[in-house]
Amino acid sequence: MSQPTIAAPHPVQIRIPLREIVPWAIFAGILSLVVLFFVTTEAGAVELLSTGGLVHEFLHDGRHLLAFPCH
Amino acid sequence: MMRTLLVRGMLAGLLAGVLATVFAYFFGEPSVNVAIGLEESAPAAHEGHEGHAGHAEGHAHGHGEEAVVSRDLQSTVGLFTGVAAYGLAVGGLFAIAFALVQGRVGTLRPRLTSALLAAGAFVVVVLVPFLKYPANPPAVGSSGTIGDRTALYFAFLALSVLCAIVAVIAGRMLADRLGAWPGGLLACGGYLVAVAVSAALLPVVDEVGDFPATTLWTFRTASLGTQVVLWATLGLAFGTLAERVLRERPPATAPEPAGQR
Repeated sequence: MSQPTIAAPHPVQIRIPLREIVPWAIFAGILSLVVLFFVTTEAGAVELLSTGGLVHEFLHDGRHLLAFPCH
Repeated sequence: MMRTLLVRGMLAGLLAGVLATVFAYFFGEPSVNVAIGLEESAPAAHEGHEGHAGHAEGHAHGHGEEAVVSRDLQSTVGLFTGVAAYGLAVGGLFAIAFALVQGRVGTLRPRLTSALLAAGAFVVVVLVPFLKYPANPPAVGSSGTIGDRTALYFAFLALSVLCAIVAVIAGRMLADRLGAWPGGLLACGGYLVAVAVSAALLPVVDEVGDFPATTLWTFRTASLGTQVVLWATLGLAFGTLAERVLRERPPATAPEPAGQR
């Protein structure tokens, strides 16, 4: 890790090492995709939980206004 | 470091979700209400279209009194939940993308990287898919084709993201050879050509029918506006927060392990 130590008015140039990013990327990536699935698609084209379209009804306006296909 | 950035990304995303909800409530809800009014005032057409879908997938969709969730709830708490959850999730993913890009693709100061990344991500994730498969208000689109429309939308979205990732990697390599400006332009141009060709090849969805053009225009601009508010807030708020994290580190005596653990 040879970070250039320049005493410039710029902030230090930081490159976060990949092995620090990857675990967080997997964790947050999976969690985000689950959330996004429920916000955008659950009970629209696919229904995983049998709530009788409750998720779709509740998130209806957000789904339309975020430009996702709703129904 | 990554944990701090992730938390700040989600905070910025939440703030973005709140502002986008406010925008959507004032600019989007009026046209949604008009569209729902039209959907309900056309009983014959609606009956046929529901009956058709009802047989196909047993899906009951109601906005009126028989609705499971009332309109008041849908247009306030429901809207906020949806947009804020979207903002939160996008904020987390944005923080990761930022960490990958900062110092690798470019060496700009953090808040500038964040703003440019947000602008680019907005084009790739929202604008390009929107131009091919624009947002539809209630009453537009038949329930029978929701599966196909969803699949097409997400396929095109995924393709756009994939092309963008390839363009960023290729652009980085081109920039090393040709210089930053020509390399960057070639990468952007390549992305646009790839996306335009795929858009021309993918099937067209044409289900607007005789829906009033003015309402459709207001709805679509409001929908795009909601996303603009969301991504602009995310990029600027996260940039401010990230700049503070990355500046906090003492420059000369930066001991890597101590900073990370």
